[in-house]
Amino acid sequence: MSSESIVEAVRQLQICDACRYCEGYCAVFPALHRKRAFADGDITQIANLCHNCRGCYYACQFTEPHEFNLNLPGILARVRQESWQDLTAPSGLARLFHSHGTALAATVVIAFATMIWAAKAIGSTGGEGFYAVLSHNAMVAIFLPAFVMPLVLMAVGLRNYWRRVGGIPIRVTDLTWAFSQAATMRNLSGGHGDGCNFEDEDRFSHTRRNAHHATMYGFLLCFTSTSVATIMHYAFDMPAPYPLFSLPKILGLVGGVLLCLGTLVLVMLKLNSSRDLGDARVWGGEMAFVVLLFVVSASGLVLYAGGDSAWLTELLAFHLGAVLAFFLLTPFSKMAHGFYRLAALTREAQLRR
Amino acid sequence: MLPRTDASDIVIIGGGNAALCAAMSAAELGASVLMLEGAPKPYRGGNSRHTRNFRCMHNGPLSVMHDSYDEEEYFQDLLKVTAGKTDEHLARMTIRRSEECLPWMEAHGVRFQPSLSGTLSLGRTNAFFLGGGKALVNAYYRTAEKLGIVVLYEAAVTHVELEGDVAQYVEFTHNGQTRRLQSKAVIVASGGFQSDIDWLTRAWGPAAKNFLIRGTPYNKGKVLKDLLDQGAKSVGDPTQCHAVAIDGRAPKFDGGIVTRLDCVPFSVVLNKDGLRFYDEGEDIWPKRYAIWGRLVAAEPDQVGYSIIDSKSIDLFMPSVFPPIAADTLPELLTALGVPVKAGMATIEAFNAGCREGDFHPTELDGLATEGLNLPKTNWARPINKPPFYGYSLRPGVTFTYLGLKVDENAQVQGADGPITNLWAAGETMAGSILGQGYMGGFGMTIGTVFGRIAGREAAKHVQ
Repeated sequence: MSSESIVEAVRQLQICDACRYCEGYCAVFPALHRKRAFADGDITQIANLCHNCRGCYYACQFTEPHEFNLNLPGILARVRQESWQDLTAPSGLARLFHSHGTALAATVVIAFATMIWAAKAIGSTGGEGFYAVLSHNAMVAIFLPAFVMPLVLMAVGLRNYWRRVGGIPIRVTDLTWAFSQAATMRNLSGGHGDGCNFEDEDRFSHTRRNAHHATMYGFLLCFTSTSVATIMHYAFDMPAPYPLFSLPKILGLVGGVLLCLGTLVLVMLKLNSSRDLGDARVWGGEMAFVVLLFVVSASGLVLYAGGDSAWLTELLAFHLGAVLAFFLLTPFSKMAHGFYRLAALTREAQLRR
Repeated sequence: MLPRTDASDIVIIGGGNAALCAAMSAAELGASVLMLEGAPKPYRGGNSRHTRNFRCMHNGPLSVMHDSYDEEEYFQDLLKVTAGKTDEHLARMTIRRSEECLPWMEAHGVRFQPSLSGTLSLGRTNAFFLGGGKALVNAYYRTAEKLGIVVLYEAAVTHVELEGDVAQYVEFTHNGQTRRLQSKAVIVASGGFQSDIDWLTRAWGPAAKNFLIRGTPYNKGKVLKDLLDQGAKSVGDPTQCHAVAIDGRAPKFDGGIVTRLDCVPFSVVLNKDGLRFYDEGEDIWPKRYAIWGRLVAAEPDQVGYSIIDSKSIDLFMPSVFPPIAADTLPELLTALGVPVKAGMATIEAFNAGCREGDFHPTELDGLATEGLNLPKTNWARPINKPPFYGYSLRPGVTFTYLGLKVDENAQVQGADGPITNLWAAGETMAGSILGQGYMGGFGMTIGTVFGRIAGREAAKHVQ
């Protein structure tokens, strides 16, 4: 039995398949025009290819109030969302955090409290900088499982996705295509290179694409910064704190600023854009996730600036709490979209072979 | 607070491609422009919303178009579809000017793409709009806004007062009020009359009551009729419309492109009495889909039923609605509402007339029936492999031919010569050039070329 959303998506996609005017916008349309009949897995795949640029909505002759009532970005967002909730175990948690920003905020508060407690209860066994608040070993003890466990769940989700969409063994060329699409966000270019329709109805702009770039690359730089520091710690016996002109600090600083700005713009775009062209049910959860990313980056930057302040313990606990919540919620928050999107692009590369 | 509308130099009646081209051209020459669009904003753009390409002359690769498509070839194509019912002077001018239009369109926001899947035969002659006609309309409205053009939606023009050779004022309703505007110049770009079913019925006959209208419900021809009643000269056959066979389940208005059905050449087509009435395989579908509108219009209740079997289901572009399907032909006929006995007799006779041979769906394969009074001359394969599929067919009207007579400056002609401050562009004057038939993307060419001319001429007039 197909879900209500999938049945509705099939209805709309059949109309699109008879029209084809939007063929040039993004990867969704060539994928859909290859098909004549749609299995549930096909719809899941097409929905996860959609980047919600909304170009097709504003170009469509058949949107409300037309009786065909097409809203492809809206229905694909619903299907996509439901697929993440189905494919990620435990799906109850996914449903909770995707839909409820407050649940996400509560997680942050609990994580913050945990870090305060850890700082007070475990404290430090000596060490400089942040390690004077909480020892390196204690941080690792908390963050290693908080990092690995969600990734294991994510991997299970991706395996489930791959089965559902009928994926075959992956070649390197599939991955290079998928990663190059993601790296350039080509599917937010509008096909003509003028951008997407997220900012101001049918006006094309690059704001969302640029904000997403800042967010994604900012995040990756921050992640690289931590990875580099880990290597320096273990492989070269060079524990933190690091001076300003060191690789971890520079990467983290640039990444943090990009992430801060990117998420801020994404929040503003999201406030002004039409909710019905996404999945309105999870607007709160999505917004909370972007705000969380902002909080992670902003609190990180404040720590850079205020490392000597009297509030160091609280600041550090807050930042680490936000990071902890972010990691823990990866499979259950909007963060999951990055993993599923890459999987969908990889599958699309296979179907294009 | 409404924007100030009473001080505009030029009033443009309509809100589709031709109106927008006229508005932008006039505004760029410094005129102040007011557009009166009869439709609400979501339905703005008239039939341009449903278009998808622009037929363009080019003497070498141009934008997304490859090779060349010169004036002579273009004109010969036009002669073929119109059977000579065209004004050669205006037609050749339109064709020649199309080449400079394409870069102009790009400069005003239109984005093109290589030809769409399923329309590859048009890649050389037609440039496709990325996102289709509504994307073009949206881009033009954005540009118009930047140029300071004022647009009123749901502003239905009821009357243009002609006095001698001058258009005195334009009367329209907006927000429940009737308003009168005196402007220096008026451009009519408000399409044909195909959405006025009563008019269509008076012109064509009672059968027109059952026609479906493929485009906007707002083209009721009010201004066209108003001007003709006041002595403006007309062109085009007042009784004729361009109709194609579309999915009979399509909405009464605005079904657009998705209601087209391309299965006829691979099918047998029955009328409501279960009888065949025309050679389904006469020619390739792009050359025949237009005549099937008329053929179905001539059958009882203006309906036909195209029946295929599972051999052919993947040979044509999918349509908006899935076909009616059944495991046996009698069940299918029952589901379609065709008398089973007569329908079965027709299909069995057809099947008996089919012979062995090579079938080629994309070319004239000469696989014809034998021994039938009404043969099918190509792609004749027996309907015998379940499941069976059926679509109902109805005439779908695209546009009407009756229009305002204009000269090469797009100036409307009155009984005693040109009306000095009245121009027309688009479907409302296309009958001069396209007197019969249709050629894909040519409506947009006429609208763009004449829209630009009308805008320029009107701007010159008001300066």
